[in-house]
Amino acid sequence: MKQLTAIIKPFKLDDVREALSSIGVQGMTVTEVKGFGRQKGHTELYRGAEYKVDFVPKVRLDVAIAADRLDEVIEAITTAAKTGKIGDGKIFVYDLQQVIRIRTGETGPDAL
Amino acid sequence: MATHLKRKRIAHIIGVITTLLFSNSVLAEAEPTLNMANTAWMLTSTVLVLFMTVPGLALFYAGLVRNKNVLSILMQCFAITCLMSLVWLAYAYSLAFGEGGSVQQWIGGLDKAFFSGVSIDSLSGDIPETVFAMFQLTFAIITPALVVGGFAERIKFSAVLWFSVLWLTFVYAPVCHWVWGGGWLSDLGVMDFAGGTVVHINAGVAALVAALVLGRRYGFPETPMAPHNLTMTVTGACMLWVGWFGFNAGSALAANGAAGMAMLVTHLGAATGSLAWMVCEWLRHGKPSVLGIVTGMVAGLGTITPASGFVGPLGGVIIGGIAGLVCFWATQMVKRKLHIDDSLDVFPVHGIGGIVGTLLTAVFAATAFGGLGLSEGTTIAGQFVTQLIGVVVTIVWCGVLTLIIFKVLDATIGVRVTREQETEGLDLVLHDETGYNI
Repeated sequence: MKQLTAIIKPFKLDDVREALSSIGVQGMTVTEVKGFGRQKGHTELYRGAEYKVDFVPKVRLDVAIAADRLDEVIEAITTAAKTGKIGDGKIFVYDLQQVIRIRTGETGPDAL
Repeated sequence: MATHLKRKRIAHIIGVITTLLFSNSVLAEAEPTLNMANTAWMLTSTVLVLFMTVPGLALFYAGLVRNKNVLSILMQCFAITCLMSLVWLAYAYSLAFGEGGSVQQWIGGLDKAFFSGVSIDSLSGDIPETVFAMFQLTFAIITPALVVGGFAERIKFSAVLWFSVLWLTFVYAPVCHWVWGGGWLSDLGVMDFAGGTVVHINAGVAALVAALVLGRRYGFPETPMAPHNLTMTVTGACMLWVGWFGFNAGSALAANGAAGMAMLVTHLGAATGSLAWMVCEWLRHGKPSVLGIVTGMVAGLGTITPASGFVGPLGGVIIGGIAGLVCFWATQMVKRKLHIDDSLDVFPVHGIGGIVGTLLTAVFAATAFGGLGLSEGTTIAGQFVTQLIGVVVTIVWCGVLTLIIFKVLDATIGVRVTREQETEGLDLVLHDETGYNI
């Protein structure tokens, strides 16, 4: 099993959710986060006082999937989240040791 | 027959009207009588001006601070409203508008302390004195509340209360008496319709002095101290715009043409001030901001205030436009060049606006510039000098007395919170509360 953490542009969240649903991904966890990479931050101006804001708002998407679906899911997220401009985000992939469905006690791929 | 009857009736009605008019004018000469139309408008204006402070100014300021200090600002505005009301009752109304006898030029007496002699039948002009005193009280509330912007986010709450009482006593009451209470500046001919000197220069200069005495907030200007809730600020600003009609048109003290004209030019001043600031920002920084446009509105309103009963629509538009430009420039200067932490920009907006408006009153009150006219035999240049005297006197008196008050308070109760408390935030440290539990 694999776990994917994708950091994407907030306005792309609906597109990515639909893309994942359409290929049968059953669930995901979404968090509003802040951070920066190559995009850096932006400046804000209040009555002439300039403030540099380093952290830009992003959405973090956590998805757990069966290992054999990895390429398909990465493809779906990448296509849906891409604008081609700086700041499109990243996908981190981890090995997932175990998954347990709390209600039934199922474990492993059955619990996904 | 029918025509005859109709004529008879009309003749009768004309007769009745003539009698009424005649008897009225006889009565008016005999003793002042209550004018109910004026009273109704002044009751309304009083409510509008109180609405400017709570909730208008309170929200405007509260949105501009960081979220750890939002309650401290709301608390200061609210408590000032309560406290000034009692001080006004006790003696400040009397100092401002009472009969000073041999010192009438300088200060009113204590004859009206605790509203002595003010009964349900007392009149001030042709409105009840209770209404006049309440209307003036709302000005005595908003002026010290405006000063809050100068020392925001770092002052002890007890110091705010002490300062406001002393400042109302030694700065607001005398200046108000000089300009509006029959004191020496009004004898000199200073024109201040609704508070360019009494309210805006006074508040602006006091805020500047407060900012200098207290020093900058820790981290200013390097650390970002962005407004925490601009929707709150814009809401408050819009309430200020509406309330300002009571402030300026109410200062006519009557429901008449002067009030109507004051309302019109006030509105025009707000509109052009807003647009002028917006255009400045757009050209200078590339984008127009919502904080910018509402700040321009306050600048336009503050600047048109002294002129509002004396100028025409042309004056309203030009004074508003100049206010937007000059106050925009002044805000950049104070913050970016001088690095003075007048935290919510009271001096560049109200102080500079009040100065510019009081001076320009001399110009745009003249009939040549569409105004309602200077007093007979007065030239624009002559009036300008008179206005300048009013401005300088207010700046010096307010500056010196505010400095003394703060120095005395600092030496006795202390005015500033500790660094640790400032970092923690005044809401939690001074009030045991937080603004947002979400």
